[in-house]
Amino acid sequence: MTDATANPSSTSPHSGSLLEQDPLTKKRNASEARFKAYGLIAVCLGILALVVLVVSILNNGLGSFQQTFIRLDVELTEAKLDKNGNRLLADIKKVSTFGYAPLIKTAMEKKLDDLGIEIEGLSEKDAAALISKDGPAQMRNRVIADPDLIGQTVSFDFLANGRVDGYLKGRVSMESAELDSNISPQQLMLADALREEGSLIKRFNWGFITAPDASENRPEASGLGVAILGSLYMMIVVLLLALPIGVASSIYLEEFAPTNRLTDLIEVNISNLAAVPSIVFGILGLAIFINFAGLPQSAPIVGGLVLTLMTLPTIIIATRASLKAVPPSIRDAALGVGASKMQSVFHHVLPLAAPGILTGTIIGLAQALGETAPLLLIGMVAFVREYPDAPPEGFFDPASALPVQVYNWTQRADPAFVERASGAIIVLLIFLVIMNAIAITLRRRFERRW
Amino acid sequence: MNDMRIVERTVDTKEIKISARNCQVYYGDTHAIKDVDVDIEDKTVTAFIGPSGCGKSTFLRCLNRMNDTIDICRVEGEILLDGEDIYDTQVDPVQLRAKVGMVFQKPNPFPKSIYDNIAYGPRIHGLAKNKADLDEIVEKSLRRGAIWNEVKDRLHSPGTGLSGGQQQRLCIARAVATEPEVLLMDEPCSALDPIATAQVEELIDELRSNYSVVIVTHSMQQAARVSQKTAFFHLGNLVEFGETGHIFTNPSDPRTESYITGRIG
Amino acid sequence: MPVLWLVLIVIALGVVGFFAGRQRALASAGGDARDLHSLPNYYGANVFLFVVIPSLLMLLMWALIQPIVIENQVEGLIPESAIAEGSSLGLVMSDVRRVADGLDAAVAQGAMTAERASSIRTEFTDVRDRLGAVGVALGSDVGSEVLRAAQRYRALSGTYGWMKTIAVLGLALAGFAYAFVSTNKTFRARNTVEAVLKALLILASSIAILTTLGIVLSMLFEARNFFAQYSWTEFFFGSTWSPNFRGGSELGILPLLWGTLYISFIALLVAVPIGLFAAIYMSEYAGPRMRAVAKPLIEILAGIPTIVYGLFALITVGPMLRDYFAQPLGLGESSASVATAGIVMGIMLIPFVSSLSDDIINAVPQSMRDGSLGLGATKSETIKQVVVPAALPGIVGAVLLAASRAIGETMIVVLGAGAAAKMSLNPFEAMTTVTVKIVSQLTGDTDFASPETLVAFALGLTLFVITLGLNIVALIIVRKYREQYE
Repeated sequence: MTDATANPSSTSPHSGSLLEQDPLTKKRNASEARFKAYGLIAVCLGILALVVLVVSILNNGLGSFQQTFIRLDVELTEAKLDKNGNRLLADIKKVSTFGYAPLIKTAMEKKLDDLGIEIEGLSEKDAAALISKDGPAQMRNRVIADPDLIGQTVSFDFLANGRVDGYLKGRVSMESAELDSNISPQQLMLADALREEGSLIKRFNWGFITAPDASENRPEASGLGVAILGSLYMMIVVLLLALPIGVASSIYLEEFAPTNRLTDLIEVNISNLAAVPSIVFGILGLAIFINFAGLPQSAPIVGGLVLTLMTLPTIIIATRASLKAVPPSIRDAALGVGASKMQSVFHHVLPLAAPGILTGTIIGLAQALGETAPLLLIGMVAFVREYPDAPPEGFFDPASALPVQVYNWTQRADPAFVERASGAIIVLLIFLVIMNAIAITLRRRFERRW
Repeated sequence: MNDMRIVERTVDTKEIKISARNCQVYYGDTHAIKDVDVDIEDKTVTAFIGPSGCGKSTFLRCLNRMNDTIDICRVEGEILLDGEDIYDTQVDPVQLRAKVGMVFQKPNPFPKSIYDNIAYGPRIHGLAKNKADLDEIVEKSLRRGAIWNEVKDRLHSPGTGLSGGQQQRLCIARAVATEPEVLLMDEPCSALDPIATAQVEELIDELRSNYSVVIVTHSMQQAARVSQKTAFFHLGNLVEFGETGHIFTNPSDPRTESYITGRIG
Repeated sequence: MPVLWLVLIVIALGVVGFFAGRQRALASAGGDARDLHSLPNYYGANVFLFVVIPSLLMLLMWALIQPIVIENQVEGLIPESAIAEGSSLGLVMSDVRRVADGLDAAVAQGAMTAERASSIRTEFTDVRDRLGAVGVALGSDVGSEVLRAAQRYRALSGTYGWMKTIAVLGLALAGFAYAFVSTNKTFRARNTVEAVLKALLILASSIAILTTLGIVLSMLFEARNFFAQYSWTEFFFGSTWSPNFRGGSELGILPLLWGTLYISFIALLVAVPIGLFAAIYMSEYAGPRMRAVAKPLIEILAGIPTIVYGLFALITVGPMLRDYFAQPLGLGESSASVATAGIVMGIMLIPFVSSLSDDIINAVPQSMRDGSLGLGATKSETIKQVVVPAALPGIVGAVLLAASRAIGETMIVVLGAGAAAKMSLNPFEAMTTVTVKIVSQLTGDTDFASPETLVAFALGLTLFVITLGLNIVALIIVRKYREQYE
């Protein structure tokens, strides 16, 4: 072999001192710096997107936790609410909300007279319209709960009309009111006057979290009560079904399954299901659970079943990973003392894998909680004002779900609903943060490295 | 066993290429290399030997600052290449590594063609003016790597398709292609079979005429076969450094003797 | 008897069986558990399983078969003449079921006696009013055939209901007896119980197959109904989408596919560079502290539900793009647009691309990087010329997975892209996608006989096939790539 000596290099191309960079190296280092900067920019863009997203949602939604209320003293005249004067609940119930509306009008007139507020061009009807259309219903519910109030003068905190609420939150201005058929500048002036006097206040609104949805023209009364309950019911169904099925199928695949065509088929199916678009699961739910099996529309049970099928791959993948992480020596040890394969799995492997399984399950549930598209197809978009019953019957009652409620509100015309939708997202995100925090804590606390 | 035969060599005093003074290396809190002073001569094969974990590979990687890629690694002291401190803040490791090439334990050809594997270095360092020039460099390097005859007909097939020994010679050719002045080899034969090892050793001996070669090896026979100078490392200390013949026949330190005779290792 | 009660009784019987079996096993061994083949609890569990499993299976089968049998028998009662113009046997049957349910409700609320419910005739009573009074609203007056069929339906349901109860309880008792009698100290209870358990495990894992089967069959079945009414060439090659519930719709998929692909393309244009560079930066450059902060932050984006992104598109990104880009440039007035949906979807996909690429880049062996750095390459040269080419197949796989995500994404496009089916190049125009149309055709009042509703299943099937294809190709590529380095 003379190749090596054939061409002895006489001059090194790398002449010059190490301490100074030649032009080419300078150029290369500049390109290195550029490349690194691109990477940093990409990371920053990702984080920036997150920040903008969160800020935008918070900015739009935090307002929904505050609501404007108007305090009025209403005289509950017996002549109108209980003509017979016998305080029989059945009779009182016969008076519809229309019977209560005039009382509010009277109370508002009295208030204005007492305070001596006079605003040109403001009719009495307009003044009463400051109160939400939900006001009479609010009053009626309270009277039905306590008929003895009839005949007394009672102080009510009425929800203010959505536009008035928007005025306090800066969404509505005098200029926009000019063009708005639902509110006039005079009404806003009245609102200012009442605010000064102290009977118009903005405070924390529990109703947003507990009340059911409300119709198109009373955004101020709408709440998330039914949606939260519906989501909760669905999560219960998902947990009850997905966890045992997921764990059982992981145990089979990881511990017992022989390597054959069937096992292969199952594995391919699971990895594909994990990537099937969620809306396809909605179509499945509609076709199989509703049209074929005849389960009711809008029911948490159907939503729960669909979400179970969607969550299963997540849980199975997590469970298998944590079963795999249990070292074979543990299984050998159990088998070595004469346990059956089944006993070694259920007595030793499964308890050791439990924290990982739980973490995976919570993450799967969090995913299911935020899922929207399939629920639209199984009728959860319906307008539901009734709370579902307690389980198990409640699983079959119509209900809404948190993310679907968000979608529902975005489809409505009144801009107050945009605030509601963002507020609902904050509630949803709070639930997700809690669930993920639990998952992370579990992992931190029980994670074991073998 | 003529493996252990020490070749009679005329040892001239040659110019010193790399000299380390007071060199310390830390991995986090571990003091991996302690007070190493060594002079590596030009056109000489220097072998670093010693038991596993003694720091010989770590020290080798200091010589072209490959340790920079490990976050927790810290080097103190002085390592001079042609009189310039390679750990000076002004020094660009990229330029340094062009001068001090490296061949690794496991053959690591890039998942590219044989041609592109060799042309990679010359391309990034701008050594070729045009395509013909580059072709010439590739051929020259493959010849120096003693692999030209085996691959000349399939320069554009992937380098990963070669056998282990061929891959390692390809990697040596790749390192030679950037025209370095020093060639560091980190156990270049540990993943090869005896025949491939013999070919690579022969190649190392030929490379000596142009480069200063530093080789880390596990095998004392290999050190004896290919090197003129040998350094024995033990627990992060440079125990003994001198003529290979001298170290193997008449070690001055008892630890060296124990290692060579197989009592420790 | 309500199903719930039946199930509870069976389970209670099973629990009794558990203790009885356990006791019998112990007794057969003279009270010394060491003489038994298996632990006493296994004998109990054996009896429990024999009681519960066959009877509950029977219950399930019955629930599936009974409606079909009843329907067949009742259908005979409805003469051709009772089926109005434009109606079908199926619609009349759903009326029959509703009337039967109404009668049930009336009886349950005490508005009608059970006898009266089975004997009233349309000639004498206005059934619609009476059912309306108990809260069952009927769309039209009840014909006498329908009422009679409904009464027959109720009668049959009642009879079969009793038969079901007897059959299920009988099977439970038989199981009890069999398992109890076969319990003795040499009986291999553990083996039996474990075999049953294993069968249950297999059943659980087969749910994945059943789900896929359910998806494919349900969509195939309805899509076939659609293609029976609408030509498939017009569906796949038609360039107009204008559904009209009074008939004469044009249902071409091309504008929907165009919108879907255009939006996905923009999303990938955003997500791939950002995700890839972020992954490269975090795996090759960032220090451990930076990685510990930035990586989870970016991954939060993956945990945010799509409805949140949809709202973000609707209230923030859409108006912003319109006010600062589309209007000044004279390109459009709509805040819902391809660009809006595309950019927001891109943001959603960033963590998806980055975490997949991160895995793939980390799978490239360190020796490859050392080789390149040892030759004096800079880090970026190493990444561009060695790491990325080596990881390329994996990265392509990741991008394909991201593309399949983008194509199947629903909420962002529902809220951000608009509803107009158009084929235009202007990214600031509102367009629509396959998923948006599936939602709009299947929500609200739907009539499962009209092509306007059924088209959603054909759309769903198309979507499923496209995403499945992309996923399979991507998984094959990624798997091949992994094998290369393992």
